[in-house]
Amino acid sequence: MNTGFDPAFLSATTNSFTDFARTVAPDVLPHISPEQLVSASGERAGVPDGTTIIAFKTAHGVLMAGDRRATVGNLIASHIIEKVHAADSASVIGIAGTAGLALELIRLFQLELEHYEKIEGTPLSLEGKANRLASMLRAGLGLAMQGLAVVPLFAGVEPGRDSGRIFSFDVTGGKYEEVNFHSIGSGSGFARGALKKLWSPGLSEAGGVRVAVEALIDAADDDSATGGPDFVRQVAPVVRVVDADGVRRIPESEVLQYATAVVASRAEGDRP
Amino acid sequence: MSAPFYVSPEQLMKDRAEFARKGIARGRSVVVLRYDDGILLLAENPSATLHKIAEIYDRIAFAAVGKYNEFETLRQAGVRYADLRGYSYDRADVTARGLTNAYAQTLASVFTTESKPFEVELVVAEIGEHPASDRLFRLSYDGSVADENEHVAIGGQAEEIGKRLSGLRTAGKPLAEVLAIGHTVLGTGRDDDVDLDDLEAAVLERSASSHRTFRRLQPDDLRSLLAAPATGEDTGREEAPTASGTETRPQEDEGQ
Repeated sequence: MNTGFDPAFLSATTNSFTDFARTVAPDVLPHISPEQLVSASGERAGVPDGTTIIAFKTAHGVLMAGDRRATVGNLIASHIIEKVHAADSASVIGIAGTAGLALELIRLFQLELEHYEKIEGTPLSLEGKANRLASMLRAGLGLAMQGLAVVPLFAGVEPGRDSGRIFSFDVTGGKYEEVNFHSIGSGSGFARGALKKLWSPGLSEAGGVRVAVEALIDAADDDSATGGPDFVRQVAPVVRVVDADGVRRIPESEVLQYATAVVASRAEGDRP
Repeated sequence: MSAPFYVSPEQLMKDRAEFARKGIARGRSVVVLRYDDGILLLAENPSATLHKIAEIYDRIAFAAVGKYNEFETLRQAGVRYADLRGYSYDRADVTARGLTNAYAQTLASVFTTESKPFEVELVVAEIGEHPASDRLFRLSYDGSVADENEHVAIGGQAEEIGKRLSGLRTAGKPLAEVLAIGHTVLGTGRDDDVDLDDLEAAVLERSASSHRTFRRLQPDDLRSLLAAPATGEDTGREEAPTASGTETRPQEDEGQ
């Protein structure tokens, strides 16, 4: 006979969804034993990787952008994967690394924030969200040691504030606050080089989108695992801005216009 | 030698029901009303932090009266149920019906097996893609469920409020008008209207831009809504016969 809620639902005291799910339904949480990923010949099974994510501060908050390519070895696994997501109404998360785990981590992190907000009746602070993410990474350390690393970039605005903050992480769960801008993924070196020249304090939204597109085009230019704007398929990088009003995605058509302008200006200059 | 103490099952259930009803009757009421673009939940609640109305999931809200610690436990269980289900399957697979069943079973089993029943009454509200798929479920302390059409009241004055609301169709009216109705009926059984600062209000909005449709209305929102002049506009739904519109349909416990 169905007797309603399992007693654990009524007696649980945790405000963390992951902790709760681990006690009542551990099988729904992402868990892959390292052995499952190593084929009989001892090679790692082909799992898609994700690539360049950038984030920087703007006049009223932060902007995060990411390319759309996922790769398996030398092959392109996806042209349209989205690696930058809204974590909640005041923060964004972007992920580089093993795509399957990364997307699951994003889904779990989004739910974690929403669950806390509903149980406690108030959202976590920005620093609290970053710490929560760090501890979720730490839980996946075993996989990271097997080469299935997931590295997120987290940025957001504290409710009621007019300025953003950016946090980067490493696979051991280390959390580092970045000053003005940061990039992660295989093309991050090229993107960061571009940001060093192009970023300036107090960027407007339009100026920010342009800078983001330029940095990602630079990364795609030199890193085979980062995709540039795809004019044939009309696929543009994902660009999200966060300010006091919340998280907004810049429409793909608009990003493509910026990309067209950037490509045109580079062609004019006859740059190699 | 004392004779064994016998209480008939009828008497036992009656005593428990009486006990629960008394506890609930002491509290203030909550009303939940449909309006044209969603569902409005209204409670008289002087506390700004100990909520009687809460978000469960994207399109599902919860309202309760009775003992705070008991309905808070049930609310949290509901959030856990919904989040776990939505994570295991998909967000679209979390429905008010499933949640209501879980609540009904829990309330019923506590009512019959525990030494003390829950002194609570609940409403589970869900907005659909279209007004026709809006759902209002009312749950009693003993686990009985009723599926309501337009509006539902729970708590101490529930019966009187239900009488005042009966025959009234709110589902086609705008939010400001329905809020005014709800504010008025919450004052049932007292000399003056409920102070707006003591009014806890929230809506599930069909037109919400995010997947989460639940939004709390602040006292300032309430003031501006109530100050807005009534449109008096005929919504075109008046010709629908009201006779059957607000009848409640007591349901068998579903899913058994």
